[in-house]
Amino acid sequence: MADVTLRKVIKRYDEVEAVRGIDLDIADKEFVVLVGPSGCGKSTTLRMIAGLEDITDGDIIIGGDVVNDVPPKDRDIAMVFQNYALYPHMTVAENMSFGLRLKRYPKAEIKSRVTEAARMLDITDLIDRKPKQLSGGQRQRVAMGRAIVRNPKVFLFDEPLSNLDAKLRVQMRIEIKKVHQKVRTTTVYVTHDQVEAMTLADRVVVMNHGRIEQIGTPNDLYHKPATRFVAGFIGSPAMNFVPCRLEEVGGRLNIRLTDRIAFPLPAARAARYQNVARNEKLILGIRPEHITEAKQHTEPGVETFDVVLDVTEPMGMETLIYFMLEGIEVCGRVNPNAGARDGAPLRLAVDLNNMHLLNESTGVVL
Amino acid sequence: MVDVAFQPNRVAGAKSARKRSSLKTALKRKSTAAFLMTLPLILLITILVLYPAIYSLHLATLNKSMQRFIGLGNFEFLFKRDTFWLVVKQSCIFAITAVVFKALIGFIVAHFVHNIPAKGQRKWRGMLLVPWVIPPAMSTLAWLWLFDPSYSAFNYTLSFFGIGPIPWTGDANWARFSVILVNIWYGAPFFMIMYLASLKSVPDQLYEAAAIDGANWWQRIWYVTLPMMRNIIAITTLFSLIVTFANFDIVRILTAGGPLDHTHIFATWAFRIGIEGSDIPLGASVSLFMVPILAVAAIFILRDVNKRGNEA
Amino acid sequence: MASTAIINKAAPTRAVKYGSMSRDRKWALRWSYFFLTLFAIFSLVPPLYMLITSLKSSAEISAATNPWWVFHPTLENYIGLLTSNQFLRFFWNSALVSIFVVTITMLISVPAAFALARMRFWGSATLATGVFLTYLIPDSLLFIPLFKMFAVFGDWTGIQLINRWYVLLIIYPTLTVPFCTWIMIGYFASIPKELDEAAIIDGASWFQTLTRIFIPVALPGLIAATIFAFTVSWAQFLYPLVFTTSNDQLVLPVGIITSLIKGDVFNWGQIMTGALLGAAPPLIIYAFLMDYYIAGLTAGATKG
Repeated sequence: MADVTLRKVIKRYDEVEAVRGIDLDIADKEFVVLVGPSGCGKSTTLRMIAGLEDITDGDIIIGGDVVNDVPPKDRDIAMVFQNYALYPHMTVAENMSFGLRLKRYPKAEIKSRVTEAARMLDITDLIDRKPKQLSGGQRQRVAMGRAIVRNPKVFLFDEPLSNLDAKLRVQMRIEIKKVHQKVRTTTVYVTHDQVEAMTLADRVVVMNHGRIEQIGTPNDLYHKPATRFVAGFIGSPAMNFVPCRLEEVGGRLNIRLTDRIAFPLPAARAARYQNVARNEKLILGIRPEHITEAKQHTEPGVETFDVVLDVTEPMGMETLIYFMLEGIEVCGRVNPNAGARDGAPLRLAVDLNNMHLLNESTGVVL
Repeated sequence: MVDVAFQPNRVAGAKSARKRSSLKTALKRKSTAAFLMTLPLILLITILVLYPAIYSLHLATLNKSMQRFIGLGNFEFLFKRDTFWLVVKQSCIFAITAVVFKALIGFIVAHFVHNIPAKGQRKWRGMLLVPWVIPPAMSTLAWLWLFDPSYSAFNYTLSFFGIGPIPWTGDANWARFSVILVNIWYGAPFFMIMYLASLKSVPDQLYEAAAIDGANWWQRIWYVTLPMMRNIIAITTLFSLIVTFANFDIVRILTAGGPLDHTHIFATWAFRIGIEGSDIPLGASVSLFMVPILAVAAIFILRDVNKRGNEA
Repeated sequence: MASTAIINKAAPTRAVKYGSMSRDRKWALRWSYFFLTLFAIFSLVPPLYMLITSLKSSAEISAATNPWWVFHPTLENYIGLLTSNQFLRFFWNSALVSIFVVTITMLISVPAAFALARMRFWGSATLATGVFLTYLIPDSLLFIPLFKMFAVFGDWTGIQLINRWYVLLIIYPTLTVPFCTWIMIGYFASIPKELDEAAIIDGASWFQTLTRIFIPVALPGLIAATIFAFTVSWAQFLYPLVFTTSNDQLVLPVGIITSLIKGDVFNWGQIMTGALLGAAPPLIIYAFLMDYYIAGLTAGATKG
């Protein structure tokens, strides 16, 4: 049990900076997920924490000790790999106990730890099997078991679920969460899947191009993204981005999307954007769930407009609709009974209370 | 390529030399350990392969008693001797004919094995590879006995068809034929195994696609199989060329170069002169003539193998 | 003869499995079996003839009866050889040389392959290529300088290595080590990188990673390499012919040829028995470990 701190950590391969100065504080018992597109430096960061990559500059501190030059085995960490990395010639029990046997733990102690971990992961029956006799999900459990028996200061997960099919992935996600609730070991988890990040994390770290874009709880990231990258990366279907500008009409602040469509801003939003320059190129960020079919009673801040739909995707509990605004495809989510059909006109409502306004050139959410 | 791995440290080292020092020594330890682990290999190659190779160049420039430097004298002497040119001719005929037939037979047999139901393939492959497994010195003895001038089992069989008796090892041309035949017998299974392995790696869909496109079996071989196997055919042939060219056992036991030096190839002739005739410098000069063709084949092989080796 | 028996065995399965097959395919299959039988006969005639002759007495051989048939089978050749101290000495020398060479080869090539596959260091890529090149240098190019080297070495140090069977322990590794290193590099390189990372995190040292992860995981490769090293050292003919001459120092292939062929008198019964016994160890290994044998063969494109 320990906290992990990264201070101005840099990783450079030749001329390429893979990680460009990361500051991150992970509290004891916390579950932190590093998420980002491939090549964003998240795996490199994890491997630097593990000690599998040396750091070019900065400090990594685990449990109060600077571990920059400490070899992996002395960092007291355990890691679960993407392809499980189970030793193919050892049984499940041998796989799980390998680290303990190397450290010459007493036999009884090893046995009780393995039994306990196997019970926790529900793999007691598989203990004498070889990895190739196991299914993907079972291998995943063994890989976790191997981490658990070590009882390390920190768990590191490197995209552990990406080799599983979609159904199993959901199941194992829950399993990982349960295990963490039981053992409460500080965990750093890397994934490219934002749903995994959102569902598992106490805090999510969104990375892009070797930098941290934003750190926050899943809800923070979803509702208060700091940058266009975070806003677009978190949430599925992704947030719509529509070019717009502000204009003042009769003392009220309007947001103009097209020549035809402009909405008055709700009072709270208008106050917030009062200082934004009127000629600035802006982007309206709005999530699909805030574009719905128009209802009879409009609430304050909800504005209606007419469009012709391009494509509709019935999902069962809702229908996704796509239409074009000024050459940009916009997605909305309407009730299946709203009468949305391919190529049909529809009156939609946009909830501007949940809008985001972004500066086009900087990508910062205002 | 290898140095690259250390570049980042070097770059970083300049900036924060002290902080990284212990990790640097750790890395240095790792590469020292790696060096020590390869040291026996390096010593072996240097002392027992590279050094003798260079040493034979030196030997080739000495006179018979190895006391006097005579420059290219040995080579001048060789060039003037008819036997030398006979050996050159025979080595080339031997290697090229044997390799061509090994490659052809190997390819044909591999196809037949590939053709039959998978269940029986193991058995056939097992039988067909036997010549390759028997030490060539042992199997050549059997051939020598099969070719025996007075008791030849082949001649006994052929006499029923009114053929023979054939002087398998007695006549120069028949002896050449026999030596090549034994070499083909010994080496064709190797081709068969290599081809079979690569035939199995050609996806079935390609043949199905070709069949749908209306290709007959010959066109399927020509347009699908051969292009897919091009690499393995090339590399196996080059390998075989090297080994056949440098062959010693078969010729030595079957004919010992006879009759009248008409089956000598470089290796056996070098042995005759260098070891049996105690003219080490001249023997070394003879075997050096293998180098050019070996080098050419090696360069071609290396081009192919490097693609594979660099993944390591 | 043996092959026809097998054809008959294969026939019923064929009929069942391919009953619905088109006429063309059936004929292609028949032709395949026909040619395979021819090739199998071609392949198996010499070893079978060894066996036939080995069961004949000298009298039967010189009587020039049908050479393909044994009329009065006898084990006298086998008894003669297996009770001959000289032959047993050859066998023993061969066994000793092969076992030592296999051990030496593995001790050199496995750590080297591990270092070359995983621990990148200055010059390691060049060395890997160099290893492969070495493997292409044939014995017939090196035997003369090596012979002279050992002679000079003997003159300088007074340690006489020529005409001692153990000189072969120094020379044979030049044939086995490069190839074994090469295929072990291949096998080690195919082990996923995560596996050694997992071992490192589990606290294994480099040495423990090698002995407890890499060697067990690459065991098929190790077996293939061992088989290769054994068969090469068992079959080697040129080096022992050059380096050993006394009867008590000879290994099997050279021993049979130099001792059983006395002048013009060929005792063919004994020669064939000796050759068959000499071919037996590799054949037995092949029979039991065919898959490893073939894996080794195809893994590195063996000499052929």
